[in-house]
Amino acid sequence: MQPLLKMQGINKSFAGVAALTSAELEIAPGEVHAVIGQNGAGKSTLIKILTGVYRKDSGDIAFEDKPWNALSPRESQDNGIATIYQELSLVPLRSVTENVIMGYEPRTRFGLIDWKAAHKRTREILADFGVDIDVTQPLGNYSTAIQQLTAIARAVSLNSRLVIMDEPTSSLDDREVETLFGVVRGLKARGVSVIYISHFLDELFQICDRATIMRDGQRVAVREIASTTKLGLIADMLGRDPEEISAAGMTDLGGGTHEAGELLLEATNLHTDRNLRDVSVSVHKGEIVGLGGLLGSGRTEAARAIFAMDKLRNGTVATHRNPAGFRDPAEAIRGGIGFLTEDRKAEGIVPEMSVRENMTLALMPRLVRNGAIDRAKEEEIVKKFVDALGIKLASIEQPIRELSGGNQQKVLLARWLALEPDLLILDEPTRGVDVGAKFEIQSIIREYVEKGVGVLLISSEFEELVEGADRIVVLQDGKSVSELQNPGITEESLIGAIARSHDGPGKGAAA
Amino acid sequence: MLDQNTFDLRRYIQGNGQSMGVWIALIVMIAFGAMRYDNFTGAYNISSFLNYNSMFIVIALGMCFVIMTGGIDLSVGSVVAFASVCVAYLSPYGIQVALPGGILAGMAIGGLNAFFVIAMRIPPFIATLATMLGAKGGALVISGRQTISVDWGSNFTKFGMGSVGGILPWSIIVVALLAVALWIVLEKTSIGRTVEAIGGGEDATKMMGLPVNRAKAFVYILSGGCAGLAGVILASGFGAGQPLEGVGWELSAIASVVVGGTLLTGGLGSVPATVAGALLLGLVFNILNFENGRGVISFSAYWQMVIRGLFLFVVILLQSRVSRVGAKQGA
Repeated sequence: MQPLLKMQGINKSFAGVAALTSAELEIAPGEVHAVIGQNGAGKSTLIKILTGVYRKDSGDIAFEDKPWNALSPRESQDNGIATIYQELSLVPLRSVTENVIMGYEPRTRFGLIDWKAAHKRTREILADFGVDIDVTQPLGNYSTAIQQLTAIARAVSLNSRLVIMDEPTSSLDDREVETLFGVVRGLKARGVSVIYISHFLDELFQICDRATIMRDGQRVAVREIASTTKLGLIADMLGRDPEEISAAGMTDLGGGTHEAGELLLEATNLHTDRNLRDVSVSVHKGEIVGLGGLLGSGRTEAARAIFAMDKLRNGTVATHRNPAGFRDPAEAIRGGIGFLTEDRKAEGIVPEMSVRENMTLALMPRLVRNGAIDRAKEEEIVKKFVDALGIKLASIEQPIRELSGGNQQKVLLARWLALEPDLLILDEPTRGVDVGAKFEIQSIIREYVEKGVGVLLISSEFEELVEGADRIVVLQDGKSVSELQNPGITEESLIGAIARSHDGPGKGAAA
Repeated sequence: MLDQNTFDLRRYIQGNGQSMGVWIALIVMIAFGAMRYDNFTGAYNISSFLNYNSMFIVIALGMCFVIMTGGIDLSVGSVVAFASVCVAYLSPYGIQVALPGGILAGMAIGGLNAFFVIAMRIPPFIATLATMLGAKGGALVISGRQTISVDWGSNFTKFGMGSVGGILPWSIIVVALLAVALWIVLEKTSIGRTVEAIGGGEDATKMMGLPVNRAKAFVYILSGGCAGLAGVILASGFGAGQPLEGVGWELSAIASVVVGGTLLTGGLGSVPATVAGALLLGLVFNILNFENGRGVISFSAYWQMVIRGLFLFVVILLQSRVSRVGAKQGA
């Protein structure tokens, strides 16, 4: 059968960094096709090139056997490719009808919008999806699932032949997911193809026919879902041999040679509204505890809960100084905890401020003497850390936004180190920094750990976890499912632990 | 890796490019006025210019802090009117009572703004729009829609009409002292730095355990207090509480802040540049008045507003050019 879509040899780089190198994607008519890969594998870049958000540097795209070169999302929509984005791109305050037909309204003879026809048409479209609601109501009155379905209805009503769904279930509950799957199957039955992007591998086995696996900007495999396993998909995503993973995963793990210091943190059964269901983790003095797991497994959420950024629905956080946990981040900081966040831009740096000001923000309460900031002491501390961490800059008065990613990250690390914390939570401390800086940051962390600081390390890089952590707590779906002990952890055994917990509850719960 | 001994002028200009424009424009305007008009640098002009513009400087100062947090305070013009009426009633007790009284009246409304914005999570634009209408109404109610004459017997009017050596009005001295104090607060204290950090990223600031709500309350109460002080200057300088005055003053204040290079999105601001911005806007009027006085061309008050708008546009355009060039070279 002729493919509906064929993308070949797609190259794209951003500011000299290759995001896609000769990437490929082929979609058959009427199939549900998963695109999976780690963060930064190039999934969204590829999709955005297809829908005209980005321009490709080179490569060929054929849609329905015709060369395809979408210049804008609108153009791709007009030509039969509809995208339903992760963040719903709908207008919640306007009626369901308006959301479905916006931009394509039926007109009366006088060129005005024919509302009667519009409502009728919307009702018909939604009825196809088994949705029967008052279409004159504002869309925002309905549940996320209905909104999601409305977005899909809109896409389909535009006579799309290809519908792209980017993490469509991330905000849905189980029942709503079922409804969505029903819709996907309905699309398939009508011969519409679906590109399905999701981090939840379970879902792929329920509704997808094939999967394209991407890694480092390339297609590394195309699999028939029916003849593969989750382990196989994970192996493809990570570039490992599945047998190797599975063998390593079955060996008994844990060296138990670690000598634990004084208990710093004991978090039990953490449960928040942010996709965190039941996570327990403890950290001792001079110990690096890794949180392992795939994206969406609750790693960052667990850290936020410990740092009192999210309210606990259940569970307890106790530290050696604060047995009752914390009310807010300010209290956590006073209690000796530092939190280097994952999102450097949104939660880390204050871009217009100088390096000096950025570094001492959390420290400020301790720098104030007689109501004023002790500038001499401040500069002394900043210079000390600039030297100790090897931060490259022109002047400590330079705006932090002018620094490279690695140097920005060092400034943020210094921000927390300056507080002399007992426990540091590091969320992807080396993401987006070059190899040299990465090595330096890791050795700084190690140095502080040897002085007795406890570290809770979150990293998507298995290598970093395996080599850095004394213990790794494996998370899946917001729950801690197993724990591995170094020495003895290998990348394969970690991957095995993550994969095993994906293959069913309890199976791999080695304590 | 850190060379602290060399002062890099280029880097300094890049770093401060946003506010360079206003200083240059200010110097050029003063030089222009001094050369073209006879009495421009005379004691009378300087004194009355500073006296009148002290009101705009002080509300711009408060506004600058609010804007640095990423907020806005639309109520200041109404607060000036409200406070001027309040202090007119207090004037028999002398400036020692009326001055703190007027400032407190302004701070009360600022506190209301803070409550709406922080506790009730109403966007600042809406919250201060509501208090703008409320304060305006309050001023009209307590004054009975009349201008309220102050007590000329007390020392009250000396504040707004007297000066040191006939050239430095008391009002500008008070405002200048306040400006210096706020400059120190912004540059040297943790609350000042928290204010800037909030505008740069409220989530990040909260994460670092800084007192976000306290800093936000500070800026709104400060802005209200500044407007209250402007109300005292108004009533004392013109001898009456004026419930209908202050219309559009919030926009002048915002303009001064923006001309001074403070980002409307927050996160970056300067006290001296804000003062310069307010002086610059005042100077445009002052020079137009002198130009009218020469009798060659005559601009009506309406045309003066048009010209001021154009001027504002040009300054901001120049500034965005300067800062864009700076950013490009800095990157």
